[in-house]
Amino acid sequence: MKYWREPLDLDRIKVTRGRVTVVLDRCKGCEFCISYCSRGVLAMSKKFNRKGYHYPEAAEPAKCVNCHFCEVICPEFAIFSEDISDTAG
Amino acid sequence: MTPPTTAAVQPVHPQDHLLRTDRIPHIWCSGCGIGIVFGALMAAVMKSGTPLDDVAVVSGIGCTGRMAGYIKLDSFHTTHGRAIPFATGLKLARPQGKVVVASGDGDLLAIGGNHFIHAARRNMDLTIICVNNFNYGMTGGQLAPSTPFGAKTTTTPLGSPDEPFNFCALAAACGATYVARWTALHVRRLTNAITEAMNKKGFSFVEVIAPCPTAFGRRNKIRRALDLLRFYYDRSVVKNQLDPGEATIDFDHSLAVGKFLDIERPTFLDHYEMVNRGEVEAWPATGVDASAAGKRKAG
Repeated sequence: MKYWREPLDLDRIKVTRGRVTVVLDRCKGCEFCISYCSRGVLAMSKKFNRKGYHYPEAAEPAKCVNCHFCEVICPEFAIFSEDISDTAG
Repeated sequence: MTPPTTAAVQPVHPQDHLLRTDRIPHIWCSGCGIGIVFGALMAAVMKSGTPLDDVAVVSGIGCTGRMAGYIKLDSFHTTHGRAIPFATGLKLARPQGKVVVASGDGDLLAIGGNHFIHAARRNMDLTIICVNNFNYGMTGGQLAPSTPFGAKTTTTPLGSPDEPFNFCALAAACGATYVARWTALHVRRLTNAITEAMNKKGFSFVEVIAPCPTAFGRRNKIRRALDLLRFYYDRSVVKNQLDPGEATIDFDHSLAVGKFLDIERPTFLDHYEMVNRGEVEAWPATGVDASAAGKRKAG
């Protein structure tokens, strides 16, 4: 992230880390999660799922901060994120 | 072409414990807003802290009516427009339970309009979630009581000649105790509104403006679900505590969203118990002067 000035407590702030998982066969390719991901983690895959839809995949998984917005905006219950702050260090 | 990919083990979504997973993927089209509202409803059920055995979801006919079939709680899919009478019965038989009516604008306010206004008048302790997609989506996109003036539908190819209902104003005028409106993209606020509505004693009404790209958007030159979702969101202006009568759905100036009403009023069950205990004074409360009767001549 770009800052207009360095925050004084930057070294103490802990940013959560998340991991996005897609339930492939539920996705209908509406792109809501891709457009509304605030960190630009997701991108449309070139592959198809069993129903013939393109599905999202984590193009830049390291950027995910586990905000769960993809999870709440998905009309298909096909994407969710989990907290991995502890394991990522 | 890359061959279709299927994961060997399906990952478990956090909301799967409230979903009838054997019915998923659901029938709603790609980009339909009902799925978002459904997710918000499930999140609100968990957030409200009600024991799951005490929650019942009732829905009527239409795309939104399918919600009752997908949620793994006590639920019933009623006949067209009759979700509120069924829910009233449920509530009276088991007053400690929370009854949520989730249905579309056509079901709740066209064919079910009378049930809606009378449930609001009696202040039945129900939570009504109305998914407003501005047309009858399931049957092919016909004119609904919510279709904006001039909008094209299957039955009005030149544009709708009718003024639409303002559902929030109707609910408030009929005596609802909680009235809110959000669009499908205000998911977090919508979840909070549904939680508040569930915990509110009395007739609570939450209207959600949801995109219907297949039936409504396609005929009105907003074909992509993403564009329709953003269109509603961009036009919306949050105006909490606005007089519901002024909270019109005006796409040209401002589409008012927010929590419009949150008042206290005795519910039907409160009044019914009072009457049964004989605590209600005879009507009229001021009494009738028997000696004066007959003295006044008509005219």
